[in-house]
Amino acid sequence: MLGKTAGGLFWMSRYLERSENGARLVEAGFRIALTRSDTASAEWQSILATSGALADYDARHGDYDSDQVIDFLLRDASNPASVISTVKAARDNARLVRTALTREVWEATNEAWITLQALLARPVKEQDLPDVLHTIRQQKALVRGAMAGTMLRNDGFNFARLGTFLERADNTARILDVKYFLLLPSFAQVGSSLDHVQWETILRSVSALRAYRWLNGTDVSPANVAEFLLLQPQMPRSLAFCSHKIMDNLGYLEQDYGAESPSCRMAKAHYQKLKDSNIESIFERGLHQFVQDFLADSHALAVQIERDYRFQE
Amino acid sequence: MSDIFDEMWGDAGAGGLANMRSPYQDYGHWFDREDPKRIHRKAGQAEAFFRKTGITFNVYGTEEADERLIPFDVVPRILSAREWRRLSRGIEQRVRALNAFLHDIYHRQEILRAGRIPVELIAHNDAFLPQMVGVEPPGGIYTHIVGTDIVRTGQDEFFVLEDNARTPSGVSYMLENRETMLQMFPELFSRIPVRPVSTYPANLHRSLSACAPPACDGKPVVAVLTPGIHNSAYFEHSFLADQMGSELVEGHDLRVVDGRIAMRTTRGYTAIDVLYRRVDDDYLDPLNFKPESLLGAPGIFDVYRAGGITIANAPGTGIADDKALYSYMPDIIRFYTGEKPLLDNVPTWRCSEQDQLQYVLDNLAELVVKEVHGSGGYGMLVGPAASNKELKAFREKLQARPGNYIAQPTLALSTVPIFTRKGLSPRHVDLRPFVLMSPDRIDITPGGLTRVAMTQGSLVVNSSQGGGTKDTWVLEE
Repeated sequence: MLGKTAGGLFWMSRYLERSENGARLVEAGFRIALTRSDTASAEWQSILATSGALADYDARHGDYDSDQVIDFLLRDASNPASVISTVKAARDNARLVRTALTREVWEATNEAWITLQALLARPVKEQDLPDVLHTIRQQKALVRGAMAGTMLRNDGFNFARLGTFLERADNTARILDVKYFLLLPSFAQVGSSLDHVQWETILRSVSALRAYRWLNGTDVSPANVAEFLLLQPQMPRSLAFCSHKIMDNLGYLEQDYGAESPSCRMAKAHYQKLKDSNIESIFERGLHQFVQDFLADSHALAVQIERDYRFQE
Repeated sequence: MSDIFDEMWGDAGAGGLANMRSPYQDYGHWFDREDPKRIHRKAGQAEAFFRKTGITFNVYGTEEADERLIPFDVVPRILSAREWRRLSRGIEQRVRALNAFLHDIYHRQEILRAGRIPVELIAHNDAFLPQMVGVEPPGGIYTHIVGTDIVRTGQDEFFVLEDNARTPSGVSYMLENRETMLQMFPELFSRIPVRPVSTYPANLHRSLSACAPPACDGKPVVAVLTPGIHNSAYFEHSFLADQMGSELVEGHDLRVVDGRIAMRTTRGYTAIDVLYRRVDDDYLDPLNFKPESLLGAPGIFDVYRAGGITIANAPGTGIADDKALYSYMPDIIRFYTGEKPLLDNVPTWRCSEQDQLQYVLDNLAELVVKEVHGSGGYGMLVGPAASNKELKAFREKLQARPGNYIAQPTLALSTVPIFTRKGLSPRHVDLRPFVLMSPDRIDITPGGLTRVAMTQGSLVVNSSQGGGTKDTWVLEE
């Protein structure tokens, strides 16, 4: 496989995941705006921060009006983190690596782009937003389904999976990074119990509200929510889960290529670090610092993968 | 223009089933019993299918994001076995002559010594590549892939309009058009014996592999070189690579490693044996040709000369499809094959010659004038369709640089009906069959790409100018 192709598959998956996360963030924010207009503005601000587009937004707009933020996050082509921009980037990468995709995967990706382009051609009215978000999720599910159902489980598939899990872990980590203060024990003490709407928003933004309840019932403590997002091995958006998958996929690549790779070594160490942690020690050291370290490790790993598999000259 | 030949109705022009020409009879019976609404619905589905599959082309001079569909018409263009036999023999003869001509012109230049074509035509031609003089391409093949543009003006009147010996495009449309027809109207294909076209990618791979260079040890590694995602034919490049199971590479994926051209893979550098390049000669190698090119691979031409790689088509083939040389094709065919040309050329005036220029200037309003190095319908004049102002402007261009132009009569191109809201309606068509040449054989896929001018009366079929395409059927014997 060409190094360029491996890189294209990796980035195609990253952008797909990113666009899905973007839609999920909008959904969480929209819900807060509906139920709690007094905190909506602050909520949108932290959502913009999570998507990495706060500075861009502030440079262009004066306030955090719901319609304006939603428009910026969904359909502003000049915002590289918007859903439309990331879907286009995913599709451009898919076009670049078309020879490494099955017809189904290519067509699902292309159709997602065609559909969303039409859907987001005009500002989305408030009453249409649920439908629009639903369509975005559905289009992504079709691509994921086509990948799972038709792609050879070869090196290309592993590169695509690496992109997915690196991006996903990044996203969960960034949510925690923006919201970490809510989960600090000191904060919880101040407000006696964790603000329900706040923690619901966090869990909703990773589509895990119900999953959390299955595991923890209605017992909502900062430690439980943080542990769930950081260390829960069955939760598909937790850092531990994603790290494990990244390690696995790099392991398959090592086996396939018959050579040890520095990136696989890094991924193992990365995972071990999470596995050796518990929520008490994380809080002790500082949640913020922990997340920052994770993001830095994650970035270093992505750079190493790129180098090991010659994505670029 | 009453003497236009319609391929469905013949000289009758229109009428009932009884008047239909025999290749169209079976189709006509089917069509007669179809509900036009159903066909209309199917045509809509075809468009959705093309868009979903991403069978688009980028139009130069428009925004990068502007990917357009080439209009597809659901009425096939049908050729009888006899018609095809005649065409394919003529094309084969022509392609053999072209390849022999290229070998000669880059070696002994017998044809110049024999005085059959003027020396200046080669010596002062930008398409002639002096670097190729004395170079022996692997297997002796220059023109691995050729698209021969054919027009028809009557029952038995076929002409070759152009030979495309550089990087002819359109073959992916030929294949996808058939695929689309099979999906839309499967019943037609169980009823009518149409020769398949789907073998093209496998034949292309076989044909390219058969030209592997001396340095190749083992199964030849074939790759397709594209200028990249923004090229107008990018879809076709990725389509062909995909169908052949080969890598689609760009210049920045390549470098010279141990005297071979190698591509950067996730496991390291892998040597390429045969490169099907869709990049023009000028951009192929910045060390040997245009130094500012980023599309090619530095040093590839040196590797080529040393037998380290096969480049298809060979560098320098452009001289063979140069429009200035076109008018000499009948002589070229006679010279190398010793036979009479089986397919005629369109009569052509060379504006470089004073008396012919005068004729062209005197009759400009009736002629089609083309740039010698132009392609894609850009920069050409269709006399009968031009305004006085356009004619005047073109006349000045002609007088300023006569050698840059050739002229041809405005041919009464045959028509084939397209399906419109008001039923069948005739439109002008041409045909581009695709030829594969290897040392041991020549493959011509039955049919080819039929291009159709979607506007009534228009003679311009180029996709860049709003032309569409049709599936092309060759009936079994």
